[in-house]
Amino acid sequence: MIVADRKSLDEIMAMVEDNKKILIVGCKGCVTVCNVGGLKEVEILASTMKIARKKAGKEIEIDTSVLERQCDKEYVEQISETVGDYDAVISMACGVGPQFLSEMYKDQSFFPALNTTFFGGATSHGVWEERCAGCGSCAIHNFGGLCPIARCAKSLLHGPCGGSSSGVCEINKDTECIWDSIVTKKMEQGKIEDLLGVKEPKSWKTSRDGGPRRSIREELVQGNI
Amino acid sequence: MSELKSGSNLEKVLAAGHFAFTGECGPPKGANVEHLKEKLSHLVGHVDAVNMTDNQTAVVRMSSVAGSVLMLEQGLEPNFQMVCRDRNRLAMMSDILGAYAMGIRNMLCLSGDHQTFGNHPDAKNVHDIDSMQLIAMVKKMRDQGKFLNGEDIDVPPKMFIGAAANPFADPYEYRVYRLANKIKAGADFIQTQCIFNMEKFRDFMKKTVDMGLHEKCYILAGVTPMKNAGMANFMSKFVPGMDIPVDLIKRIKGVDKKDQAEEGIKIALEQIEEFKEMEGVAGVHLMAIEWEHRVPEIAERANVLPRPVV
Amino acid sequence: MRLSYPADVKIIQLPCTGRVDILHLLNAFEDGADGVYVAGCLEGECHYISGNLKARRKVEYVQRILKEIGIEPERMQMYNLSSAQGARFAEIATEMAETIKELGPTPIQKGNAA
Repeated sequence: MIVADRKSLDEIMAMVEDNKKILIVGCKGCVTVCNVGGLKEVEILASTMKIARKKAGKEIEIDTSVLERQCDKEYVEQISETVGDYDAVISMACGVGPQFLSEMYKDQSFFPALNTTFFGGATSHGVWEERCAGCGSCAIHNFGGLCPIARCAKSLLHGPCGGSSSGVCEINKDTECIWDSIVTKKMEQGKIEDLLGVKEPKSWKTSRDGGPRRSIREELVQGNI
Repeated sequence: MSELKSGSNLEKVLAAGHFAFTGECGPPKGANVEHLKEKLSHLVGHVDAVNMTDNQTAVVRMSSVAGSVLMLEQGLEPNFQMVCRDRNRLAMMSDILGAYAMGIRNMLCLSGDHQTFGNHPDAKNVHDIDSMQLIAMVKKMRDQGKFLNGEDIDVPPKMFIGAAANPFADPYEYRVYRLANKIKAGADFIQTQCIFNMEKFRDFMKKTVDMGLHEKCYILAGVTPMKNAGMANFMSKFVPGMDIPVDLIKRIKGVDKKDQAEEGIKIALEQIEEFKEMEGVAGVHLMAIEWEHRVPEIAERANVLPRPVV
Repeated sequence: MRLSYPADVKIIQLPCTGRVDILHLLNAFEDGADGVYVAGCLEGECHYISGNLKARRKVEYVQRILKEIGIEPERMQMYNLSSAQGARFAEIATEMAETIKELGPTPIQKGNAA
């Protein structure tokens, strides 16, 4: 899923400093699953902002709404009748949400309450880790099912570098060296030769480097199948 | 290894069977040419080639191409370092052509320390290709006369290709395979990470020789003389991939503070003596960090002078 | 035991402190409470196993929110006591009331804003 972190209260408050009537829109997709932009978090942010504004002696009125998803037009349309009633709208979705909102409601100002961080999953309760870099040409099968593009600090295709120590990456002690895991797995399987040889330089064309990407399914473009 | 690939001095020294002795110098944090020249002046006549580091530890410095050219002007042979952190394949190939055009004949291909260590931790890193692919790319440019995309190069750069190996990083058992892979990719010579744990290095070299890698590539053992116990402690704790045995730190701590530098040099000299006899070791790469002025003395006492003229 | 405790404590009864929601606590502050405390069963003695432990985590979370807003986190507290400890109940109420008196009134006055 897409993982995100909430921005600090100060940052959010500063974005809507001059606005009195605010709508906070959550999303029931990924950000609900990673406990950062669902119904509960929307209500907590609303209450927190009200307390903060009252403390500052400034007026505020906040309404909340949680959409099924903010990355589908049919759901974004659901606030069409009320969205114009507000001075500003805060989105608690990943970076896609406030853009779909901005594109549909051109006269309204939308502010992101979250920092979208990565594609990943929960490794334990309350802990999420990156797993995919969205490079557009998956090759994890070449690396024991572990992605060095997303998980090696230098995206090495021929690791581990000289900074790998006891399974830990040189950048900090909390980052595992994924190449240590890749190599260990291959060695245990007796398949070390899989890692030897020089891989062709990766084509980054399918990644962000090739420009904004688009995915087209012809059969769906024509209608439901 | 009969026909010369680049004709660099370092290559000729190694090809003639001499025990190579290379130095290292970091370019200035600024455009202070005088300071660089002063540091380099100590190395003239005492080493076969000098590594010119490329934004080492991710700290911005004068470009390694420019530093290498300034070195050439001083009559020293540069070993131009290039890291994968700061350039994409276009910039790399163009810098390699530029370096060659300016007379640079050796280069060392590295991944590069992560930018979080350096003075611009907010920077975006590149890592378009990795060090293994960089080695292969330089080889392709040299031997096939082609760019990465297969287009012909009008006057290909003939570089003597170097790579690094760190026998002290993990997983240890894989290190010799990674070295083999670098050689397969096209490395002509290897400069190892600073060696302090001699026992481990002996074992690593044994594995290297068992695989016959020393016959396919020249291996230069990395030596860094410790200036004092503080430096030993610091390197042990904060420099990634360093393996400094406790006994070694104890030995330096064991002497008077004013004698610690001498003790550090003595240790380095003992190491060099052992490397001269060690099977598979073709030379020493002396990384006297900000201690260039002590290199003549170390070279003298290590009995590696005069340097061969080939 | 006709113990007395400060009259300015308003008690909201719940079957278990596990039922306390972060929003209940925040709403109290929003509406102008000077302080809020949750009185749960002794740790290890929750009838529902972990209700009081969850309540403590929620209290700590609200303390962090208050800190972020710039309100003294001491205005939010968690206490553990058993239903047999009437004297302790009165003691806690007094202690909390004193803490709040020291801190002064909440910066969130009902009439402050809309």
